[in-house]
Amino acid sequence: MGKMTIQDKLALLSDAAKYDASCASSGTAKRGSRDGKGLGSTTGSGICHAYAPDGRCISLLKILMTNYCVYDCAYCVNRVSSDVPRARFTVDEVVWLTTEFYRRNYIEGLFLSSGIIKSSDYTMEEMVRIAEKLRAGGFRGYIHLKTIPEASPELIERAGLAADRLSINIELPTDASIRAFAPEKDPAGIRGAMGKMRLTGEDYSERSYKGRRRGRFAPAGQSTQMIVGADKADDRDILGNASRLYGAYGLKRVYYSAFSPIPDASAVLPLVDPPLMREHRLYQADWLLRFYDFTLDEIVTRDADGMLDLDVDPKLAWALQNRDRFPVDVNRAEKAMLLRVPGFGTKVVDRILKARRAGALSLEDIRRMGGRTRAAKPFVLAKGHHPSAVLDSADLRSRFVKPKQLELF
Amino acid sequence: MFAPRLPRLGTGTAWRDAARRLAHVPPSEVDWGWEDAGPSMFDAPLPEPRDFSVPKPFVSLAKLLVSERSGRGFTLAHTLLHRLARERALLSNRADPQVAEAERIAKEIRRDLHKMHAFVRFREMPGQGARRRFAAWFEPDHRIEEAVADFFVNRFGDMDWAIVTPEVTTTFEDGTLSQRAVPATRPDDGDPLEELWTTYYSNIFNPARLKVDAMRAEMPRKYWRNLPEARAIPSLIAGARGRVASMQAAAPRPARARPEEDAMPMDLFANAGSLDEVRSAARGCTLCPLYADATQTVFGEGPQDAPVMIVGEQPGDREDLAGRPFVGPAGQLFDEVAVKAGLDRGKCYVTNSVKHFKFVQKGKRRIHQKPNAGEVRACTTWLEQELTLVDPKVVVAMGATALHALTGAGQGILKRRGTVERTHDGRPVLITVHPSYLLRLPDPELRAAETERFRADLARVPELLDS
Repeated sequence: MGKMTIQDKLALLSDAAKYDASCASSGTAKRGSRDGKGLGSTTGSGICHAYAPDGRCISLLKILMTNYCVYDCAYCVNRVSSDVPRARFTVDEVVWLTTEFYRRNYIEGLFLSSGIIKSSDYTMEEMVRIAEKLRAGGFRGYIHLKTIPEASPELIERAGLAADRLSINIELPTDASIRAFAPEKDPAGIRGAMGKMRLTGEDYSERSYKGRRRGRFAPAGQSTQMIVGADKADDRDILGNASRLYGAYGLKRVYYSAFSPIPDASAVLPLVDPPLMREHRLYQADWLLRFYDFTLDEIVTRDADGMLDLDVDPKLAWALQNRDRFPVDVNRAEKAMLLRVPGFGTKVVDRILKARRAGALSLEDIRRMGGRTRAAKPFVLAKGHHPSAVLDSADLRSRFVKPKQLELF
Repeated sequence: MFAPRLPRLGTGTAWRDAARRLAHVPPSEVDWGWEDAGPSMFDAPLPEPRDFSVPKPFVSLAKLLVSERSGRGFTLAHTLLHRLARERALLSNRADPQVAEAERIAKEIRRDLHKMHAFVRFREMPGQGARRRFAAWFEPDHRIEEAVADFFVNRFGDMDWAIVTPEVTTTFEDGTLSQRAVPATRPDDGDPLEELWTTYYSNIFNPARLKVDAMRAEMPRKYWRNLPEARAIPSLIAGARGRVASMQAAAPRPARARPEEDAMPMDLFANAGSLDEVRSAARGCTLCPLYADATQTVFGEGPQDAPVMIVGEQPGDREDLAGRPFVGPAGQLFDEVAVKAGLDRGKCYVTNSVKHFKFVQKGKRRIHQKPNAGEVRACTTWLEQELTLVDPKVVVAMGATALHALTGAGQGILKRRGTVERTHDGRPVLITVHPSYLLRLPDPELRAAETERFRADLARVPELLDS
């Protein structure tokens, strides 16, 4: 085979990177280049520069440094036993692509991941060199480095000083699945590295007696990803693991990635269409756990076999099963209960609390503030509105379930 | 009737100046408009400006509203300003129809700004200077050129650039921003990097997840003609189903995954030759259920020939994260007191009765839980191997759990503290409280007294070693 062009490599190494769900560029330290001495800036919530036809945001140049890998993880397109063509970027190539794309306003920065070559430390150091070289050249955009759990603490520290975010993928929801599908990976080692990362971040955030900081370690924090639908774990396993990860390691995000068919797949995996609705419901449940004060037991009940309802969102599902807690009076109820009303998000609840001081609210008022009143209607009392018998009607659930589309000939 | 006319550039300042003159005038008597929309039928001179204050949220809301293309934003901002004189809390009432409409328009403008941040595509221009030159064409929905410029100044500080819209040309040269209201038409240039960018765009797309509506909601078709990558969209959509089908049809390779197992096979005593070997065997311990939720096994540490072994209860939150015993608040207190008692921690072997962190999760916090008898019993496997291999002259039991693990009975710790008993295998055990007990005492005096007793207990270790 002839020498690969940078375009060949880019095609291969971005194709291999697309199974990582995260593309966030949010929540990092504020930086800019109005001083004229560098390139780039960061914004609070990040920017999606394009959307692919899969509906996903493209914010970062998401590539692998190389797709050569010594590991044999069944779910991964880059595993050693796969027949995909291999390539490797040089440090300079990645630096060039990142800055040239950035200058044209295609991207917010770089998300660099890699197969494991030679050793964990060798691979991690090559990745860290890319981030350090970008920073030395005045690059002030966003950098996310995938971290190799077995890499030495010194390298992880260097990675955190150059990057905005670090992440280690937990990959699968249970330790047993990790051992079955990713035989070279060690779940306790992954958790240990996440713990170490949290402690290092906390060390760096402490100020000296003069109020100075030693530097900033991964200011956008750490995240992880779990593949959904490759093993037999149920939603309860997945969400339980996620909330442990949030609690123990202060993760900014747990990403759920529906397993999708890969080229040259291993026979142990289901080559069905990715369970996108399940993935969506998991994100909704994750939000309820983190921002709406729901507990795991409320969201995934035992009588549903530990799975979320695919037809209705988890908050509506909870409301349908707990109708004795409704109707909620939008003009009197406490914040905690308003947050449990289907169709009301955190912003709308804050608006309701402020607006109702000026007078009683009707459903129309709430619709104007951005509340989804169609969902809320059966569950609330408002000025001029009482759900009466609707709340108790047996077919309430079916009102919210879209009829399945019939196959067309 | 007043009829202020606002310029295409400097709009915000001009609106603010007119608004200071007209705040007390009912909105029905003012006909706001853009200069370029032509003169008004009315031209009464504006009243003298008055000084007054407005709530902060109004300032940022008005800044957005004046970019609204139809001119409706001017009137709406004026209406709110007029009402604010009597209704100071007006803006917090999102149920008010005028506030709601202003917020709806502001949201539309914010989206327009955000899309411009996202979808401007620079093309490199020839140039000889030290700074590279780029230019872009963009068609915003609203008149946001002034509001958006600072974003690009802060982002592309080290290059010269121009962003041209049908109505305004913005340039940034040698660090200086300038804007001119001149009509322009869309250029036809390209950039050689666009091919590489389209390669990336096409390959990062996952055909198994086709969701065209979700893409169009965030990247509506009206933007496509100025996005080089959008030219690839039709063929990506057309080929998606076929690509997935061929992946599914390709014969899967033989399985290499191992069967799922609940636990690693454990060979507890096979390699019990050195502490390091026991430590590495303990890493995979699944003898009790605590391993499932904890980060890792926290094994003891210290010299293998240490004369003193300190035994605590179990690792806490910090120990669990760090993978080392006695590094959290209780460990730090122990270190402090131990120094005062003449104990050198570096010469002690420190460990816990239970090697995994037991906790319940409350929101994002992990609250420590006392291990039960079964968990303590399971973990004595490791503690006994540590005792055998370190072979200390004196063992210190800190707290009831350690006392239970070492002597078989943990009751009455406060009565037994300060005394010396024997382990199962006959070693002297000095009994004392756990330092976390001291941390939990609310009364500072009692705490000081108890800390002193704890020090006195530890101070007996050297004499026990000598005897």
